[in-house]
Amino acid sequence: MSSIGTGYDLSVTTFSPDGRVFQIEYANKAIDNSGTVVGIKCKDGVVLGVEKLIPSKMLLEGSNRRIHAVHKHAGMAVAGLAADGRQIVGRARSEASQYLSFYGEDIPIKELCDRVAHYVHLCTLYWWLRPFGSAAILGGYDRDGPQLYMIEPSGVAYRYFGAAVGKGRQAAKTAIEKLKLLEMTCREGIIAVAKIIYEVHDEAKDKAFELELSWVCDESNKQHQRVPADLLEEAKVAAKAAKDALDEDEGMDAD
Amino acid sequence: MAWAKENGGNNKAAELNYVDRSLDGPSHNFSLMPTPSKHTQYPYVTGSSVLGIKYKDGILLASDTAGCYGSTVRYKSVERLKRIGDNTILGASGEISDFQAITNLLDELITEDWMWDDGNKLGPFEIHNYLNRVMYNRRNKFDPLWNSLVLGGIKKGKKYLGMVSMIGVHFQDNHVATGFGNHLARPIFRDEWKEDMTLEEGVKLLEKCLLVLFYRDRSAINKFQMANVTEGGITITEPFALKVNWELEAFRNPTKGAEGSW
Repeated sequence: MSSIGTGYDLSVTTFSPDGRVFQIEYANKAIDNSGTVVGIKCKDGVVLGVEKLIPSKMLLEGSNRRIHAVHKHAGMAVAGLAADGRQIVGRARSEASQYLSFYGEDIPIKELCDRVAHYVHLCTLYWWLRPFGSAAILGGYDRDGPQLYMIEPSGVAYRYFGAAVGKGRQAAKTAIEKLKLLEMTCREGIIAVAKIIYEVHDEAKDKAFELELSWVCDESNKQHQRVPADLLEEAKVAAKAAKDALDEDEGMDAD
Repeated sequence: MAWAKENGGNNKAAELNYVDRSLDGPSHNFSLMPTPSKHTQYPYVTGSSVLGIKYKDGILLASDTAGCYGSTVRYKSVERLKRIGDNTILGASGEISDFQAITNLLDELITEDWMWDDGNKLGPFEIHNYLNRVMYNRRNKFDPLWNSLVLGGIKKGKKYLGMVSMIGVHFQDNHVATGFGNHLARPIFRDEWKEDMTLEEGVKLLEKCLLVLFYRDRSAINKFQMANVTEGGITITEPFALKVNWELEAFRNPTKGAEGSW
């Protein structure tokens, strides 16, 4: 449903006659073209997963991280323009650090989300700034328990049970809705997220991808960290098996 | 300070150069509202000596838990040994509030390092260098953090024990001490420290020196803590006391050599 906003899309400080700001909508297109990013909130924590598309075989495995720790108890997975995403993460990090320095306690996740959303929104108010071409899925654990938020380029931020952005977001959202998140632990959650990402990855269009998984849960001592190597392997194996089974089914149907 | 008395007392401009400097705030030489000048800082609540030795498996640090307000032993449960990351321990003597500011700085440093998540962590050598930079730079601005810091740690099998003073003097050694510990404990270390002591031997040596400090240092109390760092991690003991014996011959007639003193 793309519409050309001829004349009203030159500046982020211009509304169209039907009340849209086209520059922000174009910013969203940048995210729609990037690899899928998924986040789910389980019973005991939050799991973040990224389908990191690898444009070149020359890239070292594990480089160009898309999931970043924002503080000990929170992490962000970014989708869209990677450089814009890094800026958002940088801002989130200073907000968290400054809050701790000022109030003496870790920043509540809601507060962190508000501050980042405020900053992202700020960049949509001036003609000499452009909106961020990336969305950030923020997962954290504070004294109100585990929480998941997503901040979009428009500056809007909602709290979610499950969120997905990027190429495969439609399929991912459908898959997330099927999960029973209230009963799921994070251990099961990482397998679920890995399966979803493998499922939505389009082998035809994008060849190689790397799966990045992180969690913040009771098991990780309420700290945001990359999923331990052995659990990551387990998740990858399960996800590949599920994908192969799916492909087989599709292959049989074609016959 | 002698130079302040030059110009016949007309040195408001010079005084303004060295006004309140906060650790977190901007450090510049001008100020919109001139504040009373404080050329020299002096410590208010101080901690006494910190001792440190290397032993076979790592490093041991010891200190008492007193915070003195001048000649009053005002606070008796001051923790002067802190863990930094998971392979370094820091002990400080001197101004307690400056020590708290230093630990805040180090906590920020460690968290930032942790967020890189690149498989590497700041080790004791790096933190020693960082602290040296901080102390030396503050000293150059005539606004020192009034502490003598003892830093000990072990990373990848390499043991480290060192000291950074408030003027930025820094060195590493097999055994270090601050304040009175330099005069009372280090001679004992020089005689009795040996390479590759066991944990028990190290603790015994430190306890001997802590006892001497309690006997002879008026700002020490009989409540100590010991910190131990090995490859396996860091432990800081709960405060403990040592058995004292005031019946020793040396304490009888203490003014024998100097009549009239106490």
